[in-house]
Amino acid sequence: MSPLFEEIIEEPASADVPTRRVAITVNGQRRVAEVEPRLLLAHLLRQGFKLTGTHLGCDTTNCGACTVLVDGKAIKSCTMLAVQADGHEVTTVEGLASMSELSPIQEGFKDEHGLQCGFCTPGMMLSATAMLAENPNPTEEDVRWALSGNLCRCTGYQNIVKAVLWAAAKMRGEEPSHEGAA
Amino acid sequence: MYPSRFRYEAPRSLDDAIALLQAGQGEAKVLAGGQSLVPLLKLRFAAPELLVDINNLPGLDYHRVDPDGTIRIGALCRHATLERSPLLVERQPTMAAAAPLVADPLVRNRGTLVGSLCHADPQGDWAAVVTALGGRVVAAGPRGRREIPIGEFVTGPFENALRYDEIAVEAVIPASKGQPAGGYLKLERRVGDFATAAAAVALELSGDVVTRAGIALCGVGPSTIDATDAGRALTGRTLTAAAIEEAADLAAAAAQPRTDHRGSAAYKRQVVRTFVTRILRNVVSTAERAA
Repeated sequence: MSPLFEEIIEEPASADVPTRRVAITVNGQRRVAEVEPRLLLAHLLRQGFKLTGTHLGCDTTNCGACTVLVDGKAIKSCTMLAVQADGHEVTTVEGLASMSELSPIQEGFKDEHGLQCGFCTPGMMLSATAMLAENPNPTEEDVRWALSGNLCRCTGYQNIVKAVLWAAAKMRGEEPSHEGAA
Repeated sequence: MYPSRFRYEAPRSLDDAIALLQAGQGEAKVLAGGQSLVPLLKLRFAAPELLVDINNLPGLDYHRVDPDGTIRIGALCRHATLERSPLLVERQPTMAAAAPLVADPLVRNRGTLVGSLCHADPQGDWAAVVTALGGRVVAAGPRGRREIPIGEFVTGPFENALRYDEIAVEAVIPASKGQPAGGYLKLERRVGDFATAAAAVALELSGDVVTRAGIALCGVGPSTIDATDAGRALTGRTLTAAAIEEAADLAAAAAQPRTDHRGSAAYKRQVVRTFVTRILRNVVSTAERAA
């Protein structure tokens, strides 16, 4: 019995869809990918490179959960095309720790309880990392200013600020204290 | 959210970029910092056929002062650069005050002043600042360059005067003939939100006499508002309490706010009055401290 209908599966349009080859240094490692120009950097990191520490919170350039460093500058990876990162250096939260050592920022967040649900944490830590590279001796106000593009919905800002000040002290070679911050 | 499909080119010279726009026949869009355009692409409010990324064009990331005092900001000069600029602190207080208030630190690392002008958002900070300063935009196209005064450049909400084959390559702030003074204040519910109301005040002073005054508002109308009457009220006068009050009232009268979730129209008008008063009083107290 011949079917009344037979679905014809056409070849996917892949041949018509232009892609570009990009080479991006991600956390010190050269990664090469073939991407459609409309692919966002955040999606390349998460779905392409499986670096799922970069979170997508709002998708409308508000929340800062997708913050990564591009050439050392904190940016929203949901608001940059992956093709634009070609030839540049990207640091994600996976690049903060070295070997088995947490970075001082990560230690600070652990010690000062700088997270509850953890969704905003990678973005917070990367914004903080960029700020401390520029300003190793920040005031509480400096920290709040630098993190003002990163939203936390657990309202954990107090401890996040403390965590960054803790890390700053540690990176200066001082004994970080639980007091005096925030 | 994925943008709809587009072709992407990242030319290495301005001529190539202009040629691409010409070939694009109006279906191409210029990408600079992308902090407004990429969100629009994601929401599919914009769906250009071709994206011309100008980030690889050499020599456009400058901001500088000419020997005559004219300030020039290149198309790839990011907000963050202006925020950290000693040059603006020294030479242009209105711009120095506005730069740290644009969006949030992450956006400021990518977004550009010239791109903000092109985007022509009625709530855009830089459009108000450049309007108060009487600035211009330099457009480069196949027929060469032309300068467009900011009042003619912004033709409506999200509309500018660029032809489809032109690129805004520079913003120009005319040299201050007197001592530049002024400021920028913005009320926002949280960092990165659109302005509930904002006021830019740009003065030129000769001694304590105002020789030129520009006042512009954002967030309180369908487009950037040039409060020309308020500016004129200060010209030729010293900043007495009466002059300040008059200018603040005229600025509030020029506002066309609408009641929305950010506040009532009356409230926004009062914010404008307060901001203009505060900036002008601050100019007076700064001058008194310097004397």
